[in-house]
Amino acid sequence: MTRGRSMRLLPWITTPLLLIAFFVAWDVFVRAFEVNELVLPRPGAVFESLGEVVRNPATWDHARVTVLETTSGFLAALVFGVVAGVVLGKVPWIERSLRPMIVASQVVPKVALIPLFVIWFGFGITSKVIMAAMLAFFPIMLNVQLGVRSVEAGQREVMRSLNAGRWQTFVHLELRSTMPYVLAGMEVGIVFAIIGTIVGEYLGGSEGLGYLVVVTLNALDAPQLFAVIILLSVIGLAMYFVVNTLKRVLIPWHESVYGQNGV
Amino acid sequence: MAKDAKTMTAPVAGRPTEPTEPTAPSAPKLQLVGITKEFHTKRGTTRALSDINLTINDKEFVSLIGRSGCGKTTLLRTLAGLVNPTAGEVLIEGRSLWQGSHVDPTVVDQLGVVFQEANLFPWYSVVDNIALPLRLRGVKRKERLERACELAELVGLKGFEKSYPRELSGGMRQRVAIARALSITPKLLLMDEPFGALDALTRERMNIELQRIAAATEATVVFVTHDITEAVFLGDRIVHLTPRPGRIRQVRSVEFTRPRGIDVQTEPEFGAIVRDLRHALDEEE
Ligand SMILES: Nc1ncnc2c1ncn2[C@@H]1O[C@H](COP(=O)(O)OP(=O)(O)OP(=O)(O)O)[C@@H](O)[C@H]1O
Ligand SMILES: [Mg+2]
Repeated sequence: MTRGRSMRLLPWITTPLLLIAFFVAWDVFVRAFEVNELVLPRPGAVFESLGEVVRNPATWDHARVTVLETTSGFLAALVFGVVAGVVLGKVPWIERSLRPMIVASQVVPKVALIPLFVIWFGFGITSKVIMAAMLAFFPIMLNVQLGVRSVEAGQREVMRSLNAGRWQTFVHLELRSTMPYVLAGMEVGIVFAIIGTIVGEYLGGSEGLGYLVVVTLNALDAPQLFAVIILLSVIGLAMYFVVNTLKRVLIPWHESVYGQNGV
Repeated sequence: MAKDAKTMTAPVAGRPTEPTEPTAPSAPKLQLVGITKEFHTKRGTTRALSDINLTINDKEFVSLIGRSGCGKTTLLRTLAGLVNPTAGEVLIEGRSLWQGSHVDPTVVDQLGVVFQEANLFPWYSVVDNIALPLRLRGVKRKERLERACELAELVGLKGFEKSYPRELSGGMRQRVAIARALSITPKLLLMDEPFGALDALTRERMNIELQRIAAATEATVVFVTHDITEAVFLGDRIVHLTPRPGRIRQVRSVEFTRPRGIDVQTEPEFGAIVRDLRHALDEEE
């Protein structure tokens, strides 16, 4: 019990320590080698700049756009990914006939399509939402497909021997058994969605934190560049945390959850 | 080989038309007529069951023994409607279990199946697992949970009602599976090595409990085991299956009065039956 608890508390102690160590090392490195401020600013300067960035209301307008794009793209990917995953997992002939297409579309570097999306959908948020959705779609779909297939034969037989109907089998067995796969896909998917949004903002548009990165880069303001990147990381972390919490709530029985706590 | 064995052994042969008990109802509870099952895999065809004929009467307790891989599970799964036989027919109270490629649902409704693996649902607690069959039949929550708690106590899991399967030992999981099968008070109970994962003492207690339940619920039981003593202790008849291909080698009646206590095991006749069966099993290569 105490062991389980200390295992749970451990990251809360080690993470701040590691972060402090990281910033100290960074500071020492910059001072020792007298690195050019434009190449790598001191952490102090970055934090100062971060303070300014956070206090600037315009930053939060950008952040809101980025979060909106990411969540819309992610939710679209979730809906389409789950539907496509279920269909491909359940209907072998569809999966068979689409497999070459799916593999091909996975291999295509989707980020390279952004200029096309900008041409088709403009510089607004639509092109970024589509980019985020495209990137998040595949991990979700593939996981769901795997999950649908991985329902244990023995458990299926239990349902059959109980005369369970299709709907009952879905509710009591398939849905719950596939849930861990959906959530694993979502964990990867949210990260991919963020990447899609940011890259989309880099390449075209006039709002969002990705756009802000480009602007600060053009102004050669290295401390602010780092500050925006930190802000982006924090937002990304928060979104991942939401999905992770969802997982703890929805599948507390799964080993990926109860194993995590060292219990 | 199987032919010699038949002439050599027991008077009770597994002919479909021969009633073995004096209480012969219009149609026997369960009839297997010429059941053959072949599995086709990439590596060739396995004949798991070959021309199985067996009649089981109402309220009868039949133990099924045989070496590993001789087709016991396949036979049980055929009875449960989970395996469609290559040839032959399963009749339950004279009605065919299989109608084309579908199973008669009214027959399945009387079934309680305990599989060789527990096959619990890890997302449900012990009581929710036990109550699942009732839930599927639309029994009210309060009622089904009450029943599940009773059954949990019956199989010796009092205090673990709210636990999850991952928190239980293998034997405890198997007992949950037994309770789940019993929840609907099945008229036909099919059990595949249900006590394999239990220690000797718990096993003995479960044997006595099972005997009591079978009598109280007037269930017909088909019970697979590799433990000869257990088979003789529980069974009205013992069906001995030989491997490759799975055939009935002999059927033995056990006539001890019920309820049988543990002491029946020390009776000379009990020992003699166990010894006979053991020799017969040992003769197989
Ligand atoms: N789904 C399947 N596909 C192919 N072969 C199978 C299948 N199920 C069973 N068999 C074969 O049928 C034979 C009988 O298997 P079965 O599981 O009925 O044995 P068993 O008597 O229950 O053995 P055990 O005591 O080890 O549980 C085996 O040779 C096995 O390889
Ligand atoms: Mg078996």
